[in-house]
Amino acid sequence: MSTQLETLGANVSTGEELLVVENLTKHFPVTRGIIFQKEIATVKAVDGVSFTLRAGETLGIVGESGCGKSTLVRCVLKLLEPTSGKISFRGQDITKLSRKEMRPIRRDMMMVFQDPYASLNARKRVGFTVGEALDVHNIGTAAERKRRVQELLEVVGLSPEHYNRYPHEFSGGQRQRIGVARALAINPQLILCDEPVSALDVSVQAQILNLLKDLQREFGLTYVFIAHDLNVVRHISDRVMVMYLGKAVEVATRDDIYLTPKHPYTGALLSAVPIPDPERGRQRIHVVLEGDVPNPINPPSACSFHPRCPRFHEGHCDVDTPELRPIAGNGHVAACHYPLERWPMDIAAGAPS
Amino acid sequence: MATLLEVRDLRTQFTTDDGIVGAVDGVSFKVESGKVLGIVGESGSGKSVTCLTIMGLNDPRATTSTGEVLFRGEDLLKASPRRLREIRGNEIAMIFQDPMTSLNPVHKIGSQLEEALTLHQNVSAKQARARALEMLTAVGIPRPERRIDDYPHQFSGGMRQRVMIAMALINSPDLVIADEPTTALDVTTQAQILALLKRLQEDFGSAVIMITHDLGVVAETADDIVVMYGARIAEQGPVDAIFSQPRHPYTWGLMGSLPRLDVAVERLVQIPGQPPSLLRPPSGCRFHPRCSYAMAKCISDVPPLERLDYDPRHSQACHLDESTKAREAAALLTTFSAAAS
Repeated sequence: MSTQLETLGANVSTGEELLVVENLTKHFPVTRGIIFQKEIATVKAVDGVSFTLRAGETLGIVGESGCGKSTLVRCVLKLLEPTSGKISFRGQDITKLSRKEMRPIRRDMMMVFQDPYASLNARKRVGFTVGEALDVHNIGTAAERKRRVQELLEVVGLSPEHYNRYPHEFSGGQRQRIGVARALAINPQLILCDEPVSALDVSVQAQILNLLKDLQREFGLTYVFIAHDLNVVRHISDRVMVMYLGKAVEVATRDDIYLTPKHPYTGALLSAVPIPDPERGRQRIHVVLEGDVPNPINPPSACSFHPRCPRFHEGHCDVDTPELRPIAGNGHVAACHYPLERWPMDIAAGAPS
Repeated sequence: MATLLEVRDLRTQFTTDDGIVGAVDGVSFKVESGKVLGIVGESGSGKSVTCLTIMGLNDPRATTSTGEVLFRGEDLLKASPRRLREIRGNEIAMIFQDPMTSLNPVHKIGSQLEEALTLHQNVSAKQARARALEMLTAVGIPRPERRIDDYPHQFSGGMRQRVMIAMALINSPDLVIADEPTTALDVTTQAQILALLKRLQEDFGSAVIMITHDLGVVAETADDIVVMYGARIAEQGPVDAIFSQPRHPYTWGLMGSLPRLDVAVERLVQIPGQPPSLLRPPSGCRFHPRCSYAMAKCISDVPPLERLDYDPRHSQACHLDESTKAREAAALLTTFSAAAS
């Protein structure tokens, strides 16, 4: 086990800092009235999230629907204007840049979307969709662009003849490959993947995950990978950030997150994932959380997880907001007053620790 | 154990503009009373159509079904629409995948629940309401007496799925068909719903057919599994046998292609290609274009679904010889246990 951990750990890149996000917030106003709109509340979709992404690594972001993970990456790409905070890309502060100033920077950040049916223009040929970014950035001549697009189609496992086809001629997995080819077109350094495999069947999902990993090795890509499926995040990530109601509650390397989670929410998330092994599954202890994710318009006081937390201490967790703090070595941080001391889902037979 | 439902050689065909689609092609299985049968497969494998056929919910103008669906000995394929209406929601109930669209948005939760009851039983409005309240309590809706007059949009996804379950169980059906009941939900909500289903199934003694694409969900809930591929059964048997001794290359592929929380592998086993088109399915074994073990025989001959010599409850449809399969399955499981954490 230990040797395996070391080899996995070796994958964690120690490259330069590519993206630094500091204390990012995004608030959406909730308004009432049609002509005279009055702001009656705000939804703190992202509420003070910080992380650092090094070149060549994959940061997985997990959380339930509504935890702010998609809003976070949209702010990073500046598709949404952040309310406050700072985003630096390759050492340059991009938070306040205008759309025009952002354009050259967007060449190095691309996005792969969740739904391969909705994210491709049904009226445009695949060649156009994949090559559009090349046009926008005025890269190469028309012939060079075509050659580049055909090359890209091959890289993602399609064939160059697919250049003139329309999206409806492809299956879901193939469409997602087109989405990946589009993201690769202008040789970006950073690719933000928003649930890229959740709409796909298991066997096709494995193909796309393997493809993303191969491309990362080949082109030295850096990924931010959003998913609600913890199995997928474990497979693809070097580090994992767990979000709950707009806040990061735990960040650690993927093995630390999965082997020794510290935040009770992470523990509950992990224990909720059914594992495809009946024998081990029956031995596991499930932490079934009560209730739903609270309304983000009116989140619970202090630690927003406290109403559902199995380790809730009255008078502390609901009064004093826990900050992200180092809990274990290797950059493992969690925002909890009473972090888990041991992995609660220990398999009775005695799992290697 | 009494057999509650027996499906024999079920075939369902849809007539479409492009030709005939054989959505279910010779499927047979049994559901024992009080047990959970998991049907696993990818989209288009025929798992949902199998269950819609059992319930008689296919469009009769474009569908032909042959074979037998024996529910306590009565063939549902031959039953009159009137008889089917008596059975549906009463003896066999269904929980649909998407709780957002399967509740009527313009009726209150309570009246939808009461309707399910009054359609089948001769009860007063007062009794129906009491029973609806009781069911909402049983599925864990907090303050049910206040929520019963709410509309579906006032409920969250997990709560709506609870209402769907309450509605399915209100007549204490003998068989509940759950079509991907947790696919649209977050993991923590999924865990709540699965725990709830299990508890209620034990309390009410209903048998359950659980349709899912998630091997993890079947592993934790089902007693028996049917693995479907391309409208046919690839493998079926008790849950432990399927997971400890899988005997079909497609099952191996499914198990290997699943990223797992408890197992760290560097590279997933990938099944090349796409699920087959049922309009023009591949000849012989439908898995052969994607199978790395395919032989000439696989292209020409359809492999029969055969029982294993050493375990008559476990059957599989593959031409490979048993010793190869035993070796390959063992190799796959060893990679899992070696990488287990």
